[in-house]
Amino acid sequence: MELRKPPPVRRLTGYEVPSSPPSNGNGLHAAAGFRLPARLGAPSMVAIDRMQVEELSVSYGHKPAVQSVSLPIRQGEVLALIGPSGCGKTTLLRSLNRLTELTRGASLRGRITLDDVDVAHMDATALRRRVTMVFQQPNPFPMSVFDNVAYVLREQASRRPRRAAVQGAVHEALARAGLLDEMAGSLDHPALRLSGGQQQRLCIARALAANPQVLLLDEPCSALDPVSTRLIEELIAKLREDVAVVIVTHNLQQAYRVADYVAFMYLGELVEYGSAHKMFGSPREQRTKEYIGGAFG
Amino acid sequence: MSTAITASARRHERPTASWRLTDRLGLGLAWLLGLLFCAIAGAIVVFFLIEGVRYLRPALLVTNPVAGVSQGETGGFLDPLLGTVIIGAMAMAIAIPVGVAIAVWLSEFGRPTLMARVAESAIEMMAGEPAVVLALFGLTLFELPALGFLSQTSHGVVLGQSFFAAAALLSLVGLPLVVASTREGLQAIPAHVREASYALGKTKIATTRRVLLPAARPSVITGSMLGLGRVIGDTAIVLLLLGGTLTFQPANSTPVLGVLRGTGDTLTGYMYYNSPAGDGNSHSKAYAAAFVLMLIVLALNLGVDVVVRRSRRAVRWS
Amino acid sequence: MDEDDLLEPDRSTAQDRRAELSLGALVFAVLALLLAMFAFVLHEGWPSFAHNGLGWFGGGGSVDQQIQAIFTSGDLKTTPVYTFHAWPLIWGTILITAGAVVIAFVSSLFVAVFLVEFSPEWLRRMLDPVVRLLASVPSIVYGLAGVLVIVPLIGNHLITETEKASVTPAIQLSGASVLAAVLILTVMIAPIMIAVFADGLRAVPRGWLEGSLALGINPWRTFWKVGVRTARPALIAGTVLATARALGEAIMLSLVSGGVPFAPNPADGFPIFLFEPTQTLAATIIRNGDQLDSPPMKHTLYAIAAVLLFSAAMLSLIGWAAKQPMRRYGVVA
Ligand SMILES: Nc1ncnc2c1ncn2[C@@H]1O[C@H](COP(=O)(O)OP(=O)(O)OP(=O)(O)O)[C@@H](O)[C@H]1O
Ligand SMILES: [Mg+2]
Repeated sequence: MELRKPPPVRRLTGYEVPSSPPSNGNGLHAAAGFRLPARLGAPSMVAIDRMQVEELSVSYGHKPAVQSVSLPIRQGEVLALIGPSGCGKTTLLRSLNRLTELTRGASLRGRITLDDVDVAHMDATALRRRVTMVFQQPNPFPMSVFDNVAYVLREQASRRPRRAAVQGAVHEALARAGLLDEMAGSLDHPALRLSGGQQQRLCIARALAANPQVLLLDEPCSALDPVSTRLIEELIAKLREDVAVVIVTHNLQQAYRVADYVAFMYLGELVEYGSAHKMFGSPREQRTKEYIGGAFG
Repeated sequence: MSTAITASARRHERPTASWRLTDRLGLGLAWLLGLLFCAIAGAIVVFFLIEGVRYLRPALLVTNPVAGVSQGETGGFLDPLLGTVIIGAMAMAIAIPVGVAIAVWLSEFGRPTLMARVAESAIEMMAGEPAVVLALFGLTLFELPALGFLSQTSHGVVLGQSFFAAAALLSLVGLPLVVASTREGLQAIPAHVREASYALGKTKIATTRRVLLPAARPSVITGSMLGLGRVIGDTAIVLLLLGGTLTFQPANSTPVLGVLRGTGDTLTGYMYYNSPAGDGNSHSKAYAAAFVLMLIVLALNLGVDVVVRRSRRAVRWS
Repeated sequence: MDEDDLLEPDRSTAQDRRAELSLGALVFAVLALLLAMFAFVLHEGWPSFAHNGLGWFGGGGSVDQQIQAIFTSGDLKTTPVYTFHAWPLIWGTILITAGAVVIAFVSSLFVAVFLVEFSPEWLRRMLDPVVRLLASVPSIVYGLAGVLVIVPLIGNHLITETEKASVTPAIQLSGASVLAAVLILTVMIAPIMIAVFADGLRAVPRGWLEGSLALGINPWRTFWKVGVRTARPALIAGTVLATARALGEAIMLSLVSGGVPFAPNPADGFPIFLFEPTQTLAATIIRNGDQLDSPPMKHTLYAIAAVLLFSAAMLSLIGWAAKQPMRRYGVVA
């Protein structure tokens, strides 16, 4: 990857979100009365602006799916997209690495930049190398578990490396997704015969092996048990130092646990965007309140 | 509906600049061969269009071939054209019911499993069986005295060549296509449709007849048209089993049966007769016949298109 | 409960059983017919094999003269002659079929990939029906174009006089040749392959392709490594189908390959040997199909038919076997 000018760095001096929610003894948030779970890890002290979404609108044919959304995506802070089903979260995520181009009839207005370069002016492949995505539906390739993870290492390299050369990286990626111990010894198992949750973690491992700058996760824990969910959440907390993470989730507790910033979407519009602390503590908008209240109330 | 994964509305950088050399070569080769294919396909279509328009005269369609010295005397190809129609109709009259029955058995019953497996591979293999072998086998089969009533007998020897004989063997050419397509159509019907019908107390066979086969009709029609295309395009069986006699040579004067027991010809046989290898050797007549044959095939293809499109628009199982 | 209700299930199962039995009987009859055909072809061909042993597949002497001798020996009611060495026919068949299948496979694969994934939308819309039309054009039509256009082209423009002179005593180079046969056969089977390949490629789940693209793998590599790989069973099916057509093609090849049972000799030099005429096994049957009243001739032709039938059976067996290892990773089309 070519060297680019270093992205702008923003010191978060006044950042004072506590690592556990401000709560009274019995765990109830004082102001809103929401029960807030413990947050994972301390926020990074450095946030780097990686992507900017400016006035983005996407429509399928004449049907708008995302309407003039603007938000930043920063390395060092996890962004969670929440909102009811069909509100355009996946669409927004897909336009970040230009996957919407693959959908017939999808049209896009507005501007998205990655490190101040308009993504529309980049080569799509180069962009997707830096901004990788894990899909809502697990989609492991019809190959072995090992080959699934090695795929990206092999095909991104300028010449195909040997199995031994990628073995270390594959194992590391599997370990980070919490799949290595389960799969140890059966890495040649067909990926399509894994369970849904295992497939999802395999897809996460695959995306990690690509070593992206921005990682887009579309409901990565929807098929996972509490233990694996916890593992993925911890992974995200660790990743945020090095990677800008955007996560779509229907699990508000999870959004609270892992995210530093939350964007609430409703019918294609960005209703409210703010720090997790503020969004869950004292949302400005009535619609946000209603949506979040349903989960924590 | 599929979309090209490369479709890109806004692209400012040279898109392949960062690709591996082999990838760029591969993409280039795909474009090259794709365009080459366009050129060849276009050349073939245009060639036959030009030759056909040049040589096809309405008179050719309504006169019969006759032996003659000059182009003007050798007549047209009325009988071969009718022969193509007759042979296609007869062969499909056997292939469609048998093919549908086999497909129904394979998809709805299919027991014992071993027999189903064997039948499946046998039908698949049938699609790859050389037509000449079928023709040779048919010739020996229909020369049996017991089957003499299907062709003509001269001096106590059964000739073995007739519309019946050719159609019987040609039905084997069309059969695999009917089976494959029908079976695909039946299997595309989800299980809950069957279960709903069984729940109403209908028998399996009644369900098949009243619910499944009507639902799979587009597939049956598609398979039949594809099969018909293969049947009327065959030459080997026509030459060996139909006799390739240019005109109908009825076995006797009985109106219809006499013709069907006799020999005849089809457009393919007529083309062979008029190719440099045949006795007629008149390329203008051959091109005209080829043009007509291609029009028939084109019509069959368009028919398949219409059927497929209509069935797509109709009920979608979900 | 009424009696009718009690009887109903019984009657209906009986109906089903009857239907199952009659349908099963029909399937069985078709299978039996096929088996009988196999057995019959083998049985009728056996005298020719028995008489020649493995020499049947070998070379030696002129096939034309052997066929002539076989035919007349049947006519004159003398001791039947069976001597037959089919190598030139086998070699001609292998050369033409393999040449056409290899060329058609490579180009069809690229054309299908282009058609499904990389061509502009309007071109794809136009080409789809054309491919299907060309795949269903009768072979005799291709043969006609071949013998009236390609053969003279090769004969008059590609083959030089010195090349003609260099092989003159043995054969004549008229243009009807291995090259013409391979070209026309390629044009004939490529659309069949393209149609089957494209169907297989279209059936590849979009999620797999998008998953690969989302990892930053370029579209070509994505389609090659995930799309084509997943569609391998369709590639095999299409190749088997097209090869079977090529093997069984008789009339068209007898038109463009010269119809001379000569074994093209690579020793004659590279381009020249492609200009030499030959004859395939299937074409031999059709050329001599009117001579079945001579028993030795009949047995010989049936022996050729048995070889063709056996090759076709082996072909579908190989296709089946090649698909088996792919099942493991879920590549089933
Ligand atoms: N390929 C498509 N073609 C047409 N419309 C689409 C397409 N994909 C999504 N849509 C529409 O766009 C809107 C937003 O869809 P999107 O998938 O972004 O929702 P989402 O927020 O991800 O929902 P969920 O939480 O259920 O995943 C929906 O109304 C949907 O119907
Ligand atoms: Mg979604």
